[in-house]
Order: sequence, then C-alpha cells, then structure tokens
Amino acid sequence: MMKKRNISFYLFIVPVLLWLIFLLVLPHIDLFISSFQFENDAGETVLSFNNYMSFFEDSIYWYTFLRTAFYSISITLLAFVVTFPIAFYLTKVVSRKYSSFMTLLLLIPIWVGELVTIYGWMVLLGDHGVINSFLIYLGIIDTPIVMLYTDFSMIIGLLYMSMLFMIVPVMSALDSLDDSLIEAASDLGASKWTIATRIVIPHAMPGIASGGIIVFMLIIGDYVAPNILGGKSSLWFTEQIYNFFLTTIDWSQGAAFGFLLLMLSSGIIWAVLKITGQKLERVGS
Amino acid sequence: MEHILEVKDLSKYFVGFTAVQSVDFLVEEGGFFSILGPSGCGKTTLLRMISGFEEESEGDIIIRGESMKGIPPEKRPVNIVFQNLALFPMMNVEKNVAFGLQRQKISKSEIATRVKEMLERVGLQGFEKKNVTELSGGQRQRVAIARSLVLKPSILLLDEPLGALDRKLREHMKIELKLLQKEIGTTFIYITHDQSEALVMSDKVAVMNKGRFEQIDTPQNLYKNPKTAFVAGFVGESNPFDIKSYENGVLTTTNGWELPKQNLDYVPTKLFIRPEAFILNPTDDLENVDVVDMKVKTILFDGANTKISATIIQSKDVVLISLPQNAQFEDLKEGDIVKVGIHQDDLKCYKD
Repeated sequence: MMKKRNISFYLFIVPVLLWLIFLLVLPHIDLFISSFQFENDAGETVLSFNNYMSFFEDSIYWYTFLRTAFYSISITLLAFVVTFPIAFYLTKVVSRKYSSFMTLLLLIPIWVGELVTIYGWMVLLGDHGVINSFLIYLGIIDTPIVMLYTDFSMIIGLLYMSMLFMIVPVMSALDSLDDSLIEAASDLGASKWTIATRIVIPHAMPGIASGGIIVFMLIIGDYVAPNILGGKSSLWFTEQIYNFFLTTIDWSQGAAFGFLLLMLSSGIIWAVLKITGQKLERVGS
Repeated sequence: MEHILEVKDLSKYFVGFTAVQSVDFLVEEGGFFSILGPSGCGKTTLLRMISGFEEESEGDIIIRGESMKGIPPEKRPVNIVFQNLALFPMMNVEKNVAFGLQRQKISKSEIATRVKEMLERVGLQGFEKKNVTELSGGQRQRVAIARSLVLKPSILLLDEPLGALDRKLREHMKIELKLLQKEIGTTFIYITHDQSEALVMSDKVAVMNKGRFEQIDTPQNLYKNPKTAFVAGFVGESNPFDIKSYENGVLTTTNGWELPKQNLDYVPTKLFIRPEAFILNPTDDLENVDVVDMKVKTILFDGANTKISATIIQSKDVVLISLPQNAQFEDLKEGDIVKVGIHQDDLKCYKD
C-alpha cells in the first residue's frame, strides 16, 4: 500500500529527479547510444562495436589509458601520504582554536580556482620562474632545470588541486579517534610508526577511502592540469576524448572513449574497495 | 619489604595553577596502593607523570631504584588501565591483549601461550575472537587489565577504571580486582574519587586534596584516625560542625551545642563525629560520655545501613546517627525524643 505523502515531499523530490534525469541519465543514455554509432563506407550510420574496437587497435590509446590509470592511482596515494600528517597535525596536535583557522587557510586554493592556481605553478616552475631563478641566484645550478611542461609539473598540478579533498574526510575521520587509544598504544610499547599503522590509519580508513575516491575521480577526469602543465608527452585520457569531440569532431568515438574511462575508474574503485575490505556504504557516510 | 616506587618531592605546574605540589610517597612491592581524592585534586596528573605522559616540573619518580626522568611511556616498566579503558575497537580480544607483546621481540608461539594464559586468568577464555565492542562492561574491564598485565609490568596503574560501570557491577569488580591483585602479586596503583573503592581494595591509601597528599595510611587508620579535617570529612561519613570556641574543656559549636573535650592544646575550628559514634540510650555508668537529647527528624531506612536524622534540641544542629544492628530501635519514629551519648574520643577536632 502506498503511504500518502504530503506536498512538501514532492516539492523536494521533483527538482532532484529532474536534475538526475535531464542532466545525468538522459545525456548518458544518449552518449551510450552514440558510442555504438559508426559511419560505414557507404556513409550510412550503423550500430557497431567499431568505436570500441579502435581503442584496442591503436596502441597510443592503450598506452594513454594505462598511463592515466597508473598516474591517477599514484597521485591519489601521494595525496594521502602528503596530507595524512597534515590532517593528523590539525586534528590531534594543534589546539582547536588554531586548527579551524589553519583549515581555512588550506581552503584558499579552492576559492582561487584551478586555472589560477595552475598559472601560479607556471610562474613558479618555469625555466625563468621563481624556483629556477632562486637556485641560479644561490649558485646551486647554472642552467635552469626543466620542470614545466613535464610529467613532474603535471603531477604537482594534479596533486595540488586534489589534496584538499583528501584532507577534509581524513580530518573528520581522525576527529572521532579517541586520544587515549594513542596513549594506550604508546603505553603498551608501540612506536610512533606502529601507532600510525595499527591504530590511527585503521581508524581513519573510511575517511581515507572516501577521500581517495574523490581525489581519484577528480584526477582521472581532470583536463586542465594535464593539458596546461603537462608537456607534449604527458598524455592524459581526457585529452583524447576532448580531441574526438572538438578536434576531429567524431562524437561517437569520443562517447565510446568516455564510457571506457567511466568503466576504468569505476573498476579501479571497486577493486580498491574490495582489496581494503571497505564497504561503499560505510565510506559514503 | 622493598620499595618498588619512590616518588620524591614531585610537582607539576601548569600555566596559572599547580596540579601536583611536593608529593612524596613510597609504594611497597606487591602492594595495592590507592590515591583517593575529589575530581580535580591532581590525582590523574600524578598518574600521568608516573606513566610518562606528563613531564614532572620538579622532583623525581624512581621505579626499582631507577629514575624515570626523560624516559618515554613506551619504555617505562609501568602500564596503565585508562578510565575509558581505551580498548582498540579495530582488533578482537586476542589481538588487543597481544598488542603489547607483539611490540617486543617475542616469538609468535610464546605470544599465543601468554595471551591464552592471561585470558584464562581473567576468566575470558572462549572470548578470543570476539570484537571488543561486543563485550559487556565487566568483560571490557578485564580485557583492559589483561592487556596490561600480560606485559608483566612492575606497576599497574589504574585510572578510575570502575567509574563507567553500574553500581552492582562496580561492587562486584571491586572484590574481583582485589582478589586478582592478590593472586598475581603485581603492584597496583589505583586512583579513584570513590572512598569505598579505595578502602575496600587497598593496603594503603593516600588522600589527595588540591595537589597535595593529606595523609597516607592503611584504610583502617584513615577511617579511625584521620589526620586532617579534609580526610575526616572526605573518608567515610561524618557529621561536620564548626567550632566557635573552646574554653575550660568545653567545645561550643557555632549553633551553641556545648560538648566537653579534655586536654586539647589548641583551639579547634572543625569537629567531626561519625554516625556510628553516637550511642543511643546510653547507660549512666559510661565514663567520658556526654549525653544530649535529640528529636528524631526522619528515619532513613537502608537495610543494614539504616540511619536516623535527628535534631539536637539544645542547638538545632541536625546529625545522622547509625542505628545498631538489632531490633532494639525498630519502633523508633519521627518526633521521638532520644538520649544520645558521645564519647570524648570520638570527637575528632581539627584546626584549619
């Protein structure tokens, strides 16, 4: 039997449903159909797997696909390594008074926007940029180190824009860790490393997993940082999708690659959750 | 007996206040030593200094003849049972207990045997694979104690571990803890604000107030001969009175109750009388007993612990009196006038 729902329920649910249907479900269905459309030699549009097959036929696509996956996973791990001590420091070491202020400072790059921070990195990393000029001034190097337009600068850019999305969920997970657990472990003879790996990280695992998913999705689907900060050889799968849509104007091919990317990212997240024994429901909460 | 712990002139200053001031004490090997005091008296800070989580401002802590200055908590031969127990929720019972052993260079098989032995000793065999969140309060308690004791510490520190339990279980655990300590023989230092816990379990009790030790004594002495007004008021039940004057061997309370008390060489300001010190309907031949008339206000029935609340007719002071454990006063009722005697020795007088 249907429960009678009042008007406010519909008032809330209708915009959500409209949003989901028109901006998510329908475009995806449309793209999904178009990813199977292929223009044959006679100029007719037919349904075929050709768009997907071309992915396997050309090694450059394969290579970019794997490269993107590898870098996305690595940068996500890197984001964890870099941000975990910061999150720990902000939740467990610094007094509450300062920690909210410092968290606010961390948010500033987000306010500025990705593009501006990327231009900021260009100023820092360029051949005549701040870092090279400074090193030359100090006499440590004679000729500039090439940092911009390499994989290195691309990694820096991706890491920088995604870091914060790791810090926030990890901080909230650490916040609920009882300090006396750390003291108890230390009392029982555990070193700092053991405390981190046996007590703190297992406790923060749901936060780390949800942060990891967000960061991974942001990185694997990012276009700006690889495009601007990466060099000619810093291929990223989104760039290829972009090229199909806007350079070669082959929307069907682009759509097929888009779905491949979606499957790749979903597959990796599923695998990681399985390996770490996390449940998606728990991570989401 | 050898002293396992020696605390010398220990102080801890925080910005703006002194948590522990010039505390001195010795703990005997194998003893059950309690530190009893109201919340905020500095007992937790003292315990945290012994365990190494707080650094002392002054003084020294010596365990088995070795100064603990600068030694981090993980290197000290003491273990602590935390107030909230601090069991690791991400591990099962067995792993919780094995945690400390795994930090040392001990073979896996020996860890397994020692964990098994310890769990048997605290009566938790069969619970090895249970998650600690599935246990009852008393079981969690025992896991926390087992987790520390399995390391064979010189001293086990317990920070009000019974505080979170309900009353019935607390009474039970009190006895269990004392028996466990006797059986294992490890030195326990137990801090609590519950005087009954301290009195029941301990060989020696230190009463702490405002960062200082007021008295270190056996539970019996503490109860019978409190050395300071604070101890008299804090340990056990007492009827407190403020003293206005002491002249010609007579004490006068601020409400005007006059009591003879010989041979005081000072003018006291406080007087304490235990509820059981009052003698109902005393016979006339008792020496050094002063008798006053009181009016029964209410009867506070509590089984073996029944008391009456009575008003001293002379001064309107209200006192609590324990009823003797016989049927003699069963028909006592509100409004009755009773004769009450107090022996001079039971008048505990103090000067602030």
